Amino acid sequence: MKMLTEEENREIDRERAHYEQPRAATIEALKIVQKHRGWVSDDAVAGIAARLGSSPAAVDAVATFYNLIYRRPVGRHVVHVCDSVSCWVMGQTKLSDLLKARLGIDYGQTTPDGRFTLLPICCLGTCDRAPAMLIGEDTHRDLETLDAAALDALLERYP
Amino acid sequence: MGRPQNTIWIDGQPQAADPRRHLLEVALELGLDLPYFCWHPALGCVGACRQCAVTQYRDENDTQGRIVMACMTPCADGSRFSIHAPAAQEMRQGVVEMLMTNHPHDCPVCEEGGNCHLQDVTVMTGQAERRYRHAKRTHRNQDLGPLVAHEMNRCIACYRCVRFYRDYAGGTDLDAFGAHDNVYFGRAQDGTLESPFSGNLVEVCPTGVFTDRPYGEDYTRKWDLQSAPSVCAHCSIGCNTLPGERYGRIKRIENRYHGEINGYFLCDRGRYGHGYAQRADRPREPRWCGETVTRSAAASRLDAVCGSGRVLGIGSPRASLEANFALRQRVGDACFHRGESADEQAATDAALALLRHPAVRIAGVRDAGRSDAAVVLGEDVTQTGARLSLALRQMVRQDSFEQADAMQVPRWQDASVRLIAQETRSPLFVATPAPSDLDALARASLRAAPPALAALAGEIAQRLSSPEGDTLATGIAADIAAALLAAKRPLLVTGCGCRDAGLLRAATRLATAFHAATGRPLDVAVVFPEANSAGAALLGGHALVDALDAMRAGHVQTLVVLENDLFRRVPAAELEPALARVRNLVVLDHVDSPTAQAADLLLPAANVFESDGTLVNFEGRAQRHFAVFRPLEGAPRPAWRWLQHGGSFDGLHQRLAQQLPALAQPDPATPGSDFRIAGTRIPRQPHRYSGRTAMHAARDIHEPRPPQDHASPLAFSMEGAPPTAARPSGLAPVVWAPSWNSGQALHRFQQEIGGDLRGGNPGIRLIVPLDVTDAGNDAEVAGATGRTPRADALVPLHDLFAAEELSALAAVITQRRSGRDTLRVHPDTAARLRLTGAEMARLRIGATTLRLPLHIDAGFARNAIGVPLTLLAGAPLSSDFQLTGDGA
Amino acid sequence: MSDALNQRPLTARLLATDGVVTLDRYREAGGYEGLRAALAMSPEAIIASVREAGLRGRGGGGFPTAVKWSLVPDTPVQKYVIANGDEMEPGTFKDRLLLERDPHQLIEGMAIAARAIGASVGYVFLRAEYFEAARQVSAAIADAQAAGWLGDDLQGSGFSFHLHLHTSAGRYICGEETALISSLEGGRAIPRAKPPFPAVAGLFGKPTVVNNIETLCNVPHILRLGADWYRGLSRTDEGGTKLYGVSGKVRRPGCWELPMGTTAREIIETHAGGMRDGLKLRGFLPGGASTDFLTDAQLDLPMDYTHIAKSGSRLGTGTMILLDDRTSLLGMLRNLETFFARESCGWCTPCRDGLPWTAKLLGELEAGRGRPEDLELLARQTRLLAPGRTFCAHAPGAMEPLQSALKHFREDFERALAPAAIGEAA
Ligand SMILES: Cc1cc2nc3c(=O)[nH]c(=O)nc-3n(C[C@H](O)[C@H](O)[C@H](O)COP(=O)(O)O)c2cc1C
Ligand code: SF4
Ligand code: FES
Repeated sequence: MKMLTEEENREIDRERAHYEQPRAATIEALKIVQKHRGWVSDDAVAGIAARLGSSPAAVDAVATFYNLIYRRPVGRHVVHVCDSVSCWVMGQTKLSDLLKARLGIDYGQTTPDGRFTLLPICCLGTCDRAPAMLIGEDTHRDLETLDAAALDALLERYP
Repeated sequence: MGRPQNTIWIDGQPQAADPRRHLLEVALELGLDLPYFCWHPALGCVGACRQCAVTQYRDENDTQGRIVMACMTPCADGSRFSIHAPAAQEMRQGVVEMLMTNHPHDCPVCEEGGNCHLQDVTVMTGQAERRYRHAKRTHRNQDLGPLVAHEMNRCIACYRCVRFYRDYAGGTDLDAFGAHDNVYFGRAQDGTLESPFSGNLVEVCPTGVFTDRPYGEDYTRKWDLQSAPSVCAHCSIGCNTLPGERYGRIKRIENRYHGEINGYFLCDRGRYGHGYAQRADRPREPRWCGETVTRSAAASRLDAVCGSGRVLGIGSPRASLEANFALRQRVGDACFHRGESADEQAATDAALALLRHPAVRIAGVRDAGRSDAAVVLGEDVTQTGARLSLALRQMVRQDSFEQADAMQVPRWQDASVRLIAQETRSPLFVATPAPSDLDALARASLRAAPPALAALAGEIAQRLSSPEGDTLATGIAADIAAALLAAKRPLLVTGCGCRDAGLLRAATRLATAFHAATGRPLDVAVVFPEANSAGAALLGGHALVDALDAMRAGHVQTLVVLENDLFRRVPAAELEPALARVRNLVVLDHVDSPTAQAADLLLPAANVFESDGTLVNFEGRAQRHFAVFRPLEGAPRPAWRWLQHGGSFDGLHQRLAQQLPALAQPDPATPGSDFRIAGTRIPRQPHRYSGRTAMHAARDIHEPRPPQDHASPLAFSMEGAPPTAARPSGLAPVVWAPSWNSGQALHRFQQEIGGDLRGGNPGIRLIVPLDVTDAGNDAEVAGATGRTPRADALVPLHDLFAAEELSALAAVITQRRSGRDTLRVHPDTAARLRLTGAEMARLRIGATTLRLPLHIDAGFARNAIGVPLTLLAGAPLSSDFQLTGDGA
Repeated sequence: MSDALNQRPLTARLLATDGVVTLDRYREAGGYEGLRAALAMSPEAIIASVREAGLRGRGGGGFPTAVKWSLVPDTPVQKYVIANGDEMEPGTFKDRLLLERDPHQLIEGMAIAARAIGASVGYVFLRAEYFEAARQVSAAIADAQAAGWLGDDLQGSGFSFHLHLHTSAGRYICGEETALISSLEGGRAIPRAKPPFPAVAGLFGKPTVVNNIETLCNVPHILRLGADWYRGLSRTDEGGTKLYGVSGKVRRPGCWELPMGTTAREIIETHAGGMRDGLKLRGFLPGGASTDFLTDAQLDLPMDYTHIAKSGSRLGTGTMILLDDRTSLLGMLRNLETFFARESCGWCTPCRDGLPWTAKLLGELEAGRGRPEDLELLARQTRLLAPGRTFCAHAPGAMEPLQSALKHFREDFERALAPAAIGEAA
């Protein structure tokens, strides 16, 4: 059973070289696997453990701690809506309600076509341009007046 | 004991305290009720639960104070604390109320109920009110295998489980998952907990998350269990146990603290091995020629068959000293034989000689954990003396404590000490035939067959004698010698596991060389084959081979075998013809062994839970076990009672003490049968024991008279001296103190937390150093191995969950077995024997042939053939043997 | 630009640039000259000039940077410098600017810090969501390395410093410096007991200094232009400039580098353009989610560590969150406490189990289902989650807005009790 690809192993080894101890590359390894596969399966956890000389339980203890490591499959695009205080003051609830309505899903769910997963996230550090959200790696700001049509247009960019 | 003392103030009272210790321990030792969760005496402090809050004042003028955690606060001179300050009380109440927000309040159906630290703390803080009115988070539970049950909803996230399992015991398959108020303690996936110490989770967990699974399936509340101090009968370490009984069944075994042996922890063999006592096939009625007979008929039969012709007795390394001695008295010194195979007896005798050597200081488990350099020579201690191997895991931390001292970080600050330590480990060397978990902790490991290991010991000895010389010593031998010389408390761990007396003699030579080089004795721990091997060796007797010779010669009319399966000692091909020439085979046992099945007269014996006796552990410590209960049904009785005509246990014991004078020393922790507290006995049943008048109602509406105990000051009753510290430590069937219903009450019974018991640790040491002149002459000792050198050596393989006769009869232990029995060889050995690729192999040892799967293992010693101990079935390791592919 | 650079050393360069300040542009504006100076100085001299400058940590605690550096023992072991780029404190958006737009300034600051404590390896610990910052920082590391400002033997000085970027995977608690170290070691971000302080036993048990991004970005300028110049930038005793920010319903929310000690009134009215039409300011959290509410009575206080601490709050990150008169205070608190509850690491009881309870109580109040005893419970939480009572500063931080709201805006809580509950109480 080969749990990680050559490429994944290569990338993990590169990160591992940055640290005094191999275990320190655990988070990087999880992110590398997630970059390639979208999420981290039990197999991948075992693969990372084997590569870093750790145990699957120890790797999973780390994986399940961090909210940006997905231990279940997610959609092609993850929409993270900032639900922290400045965005809340500036109308985040309206934004997330709109997203839920347009996508037809609640937080933690994935659209049936596997395109979007919707999650809340804490402060994105762009509070002067609140409310904000992250789709994939793109931060979208100044969404106070975003309406359904504008949102649809925005989502169009994420096939 | 030379602890520096200064003065601290607790609620206005001056108290002497050691400035290096933390306030929680000091307060508990003073008898104050200060609750805690995350602290554990063996695990140190991490400050997670925030339950042990107290107020600390800057000086006598400070009336405000600030809240500190007692477990994280050293007792610096002049410190002022208050436990009763309202702010501290509010904090402790608040913490327990917060802890309970997600707890299901399911005490009535919880196995921990009545034995629950969380219940105790709830009551102790006075926080009865629950104002949390919102939804609770829930978890799914895991199937963790046959030993430990899981109910995560009861979790209060004290992190003790992972700190024990992972940090202390080195397990890798249990961890903390998730974050915030959704932390989950379990495995990455469902599955059996892999650690051989998993059962300790049951006691380490302060609530009902991890519970004893077999106990839960045959459950009785703690207060309804009858109990007595007992000793684990499943290996030579001699851990102290508290078995609990109801309705004639042992329901569970808990750890019984012993400061020098098991401390707070047992291995899973010891905790879960008791199932043999309940087996349906267990002999319960006497049998004569296959027919059940009454007890008195059986006794007359015994008299009859022992009354004519030559009677030989064969003792047992798993039966008590008293049972062995009773047999010896019955058959006479000339006719009493030890019940060990030739290899086993030679190894046991050599082990005893080693421990008696003046160059040796006998090390116990606690000593091993505190040593700062150790060599394991030949013994797979993870399988043969698991509790000792757990101590070796702590031994490698000694250097990190010194680093912490240098940085002025208290040793009890567990996370900080581990942080400072990183990969620092005190030197541990593991030289054994088979790989084990200890290798991962070792500075260096060496895989070799016993003759090569004996040679290694010789090289180390040589290097110790001339540390500068470059004679023979290179590599690992030089490293080991240097580490032993550099250490403050060096340790040698060896044992009888290889059944190789030569190895033990080589170990003696090593100790002698160390002593000569340093003027100090060497700490040595020697694992014996069985729970009372050391006792049997001290008692002596003729060799088993002599008995066989006599039997074969047709001289034996009656053979009496005590608690021993001879088929484990002598190959069937040899044993069967010898037995065939014996007129009457009498067997006393409590398990249905092949020997018992062959008996003409079978006398059902009481086991360790049903009888009184003394077992001698690997330190040579004689430890008394007490009958937990008297079986009401059937006829099992202690073997010594079958064997002697009337007579009391005390009388027997006195006669035994004449034989073994060391046994006559008084043990203040375990006074004799006439001991009373205020005229009363010590009850085996807790003061809240319920239902004793109804227990037998299905058979008999009268409450039967409780059995009388003539052998000890304990009573089969709930009446008598209460569970206070006035009870001698070796006579405490339960630890229970006001406010402390769970096992955490223990600190009320210790002189110092984690130290010795009040009134001393039970047991007396029987092994005293012999004069140098008696220690055997040096030339003999120097002979590295008595065995003729040959290409390969047979090496017995030990399995914690299979090798020991009694525990292997417990169903849950069988389920924990790791795999099938195999023969093990190194690839080079396999290639030399042309076995490469062979699936099955045949091993002929003398007249015995085993057909087994072959495990070719690059991690195994060269020049060695590993054979599961149980399958060796007494085949002598020194006889000629041949390993071939199955087809050959 | 040199004028601007003298007054706003951290941001003048990036404000004059579209996009990122490249190595060349950075060098043109005096970049890496601070490091060049430091390479010629003794570690003690570097620390002395940072001490004289009066630089205090910009991560929220305001701990004097020179003191932190001088705690590192002078032993020949591996040491580390870590830049804390976790910036996840709600309402805080200052480090992002420095990371995305002027990464060399950070690299230079880290190299100087490394030189001061004798570290040969450094890490930029960056929160996961700062993708643009990650791109810019790693490109800048490569450029600096190629130009001999990072790597072996910097500029022929014999001093070596290797810098790596570590991107995180979420969790606010990673910003707490000991949790950050646990995380960088590849573990769960659980804080550690102090002592031992990271300066003595930090990353992999080795001496480690953790500084905020903004803190480190100040360092090159102190070395280049001197402590006197730096102190002169400030309006108070605390040296330098500060990145101040305003979010909430103002006309022009944003982030500005201003003299340390600028008043909140000036920041809100002059720089942020005042409240939006028709809205009134009720209160503000002066420096992120874990600071106490201040009210208009404190608008004229100089925003520095000492003055704000005296007024009963903390300067924190200096990025303020405004509460206007149309926004529900209870809703805002519920939002804040839900955040803190979700971001608890789960190690200690009051935080792990106390914060969710707090958030739920506030939710009940917000929904008009409060009970009189809830106010007592909330007050108790502020006592039981106070500094020293929990394992780290996360939960006490969470209590700051709540305890100050109970003090300043008690009527909001009382108004929110369920009608039935009020009836009962009457
Ligand atoms: C819960 C918590 C979160 C924190 N988050 C951050 C953060 O995101 N960035 C930061 O620089 N400091 C943060 N800090 C402060 C750090 O612990 C640390 O004091 C700081 O990085 C030190 O840098 P400085 O001395 O330069 O301010 C946080 C502290 C706490 C208690
Ligand atoms: S945190 Fe301490 S703080 Fe605490 S008991 Fe646990 S034991 Fe104490
Ligand atoms: S609070 Fe939403 S971006 Fe800052």
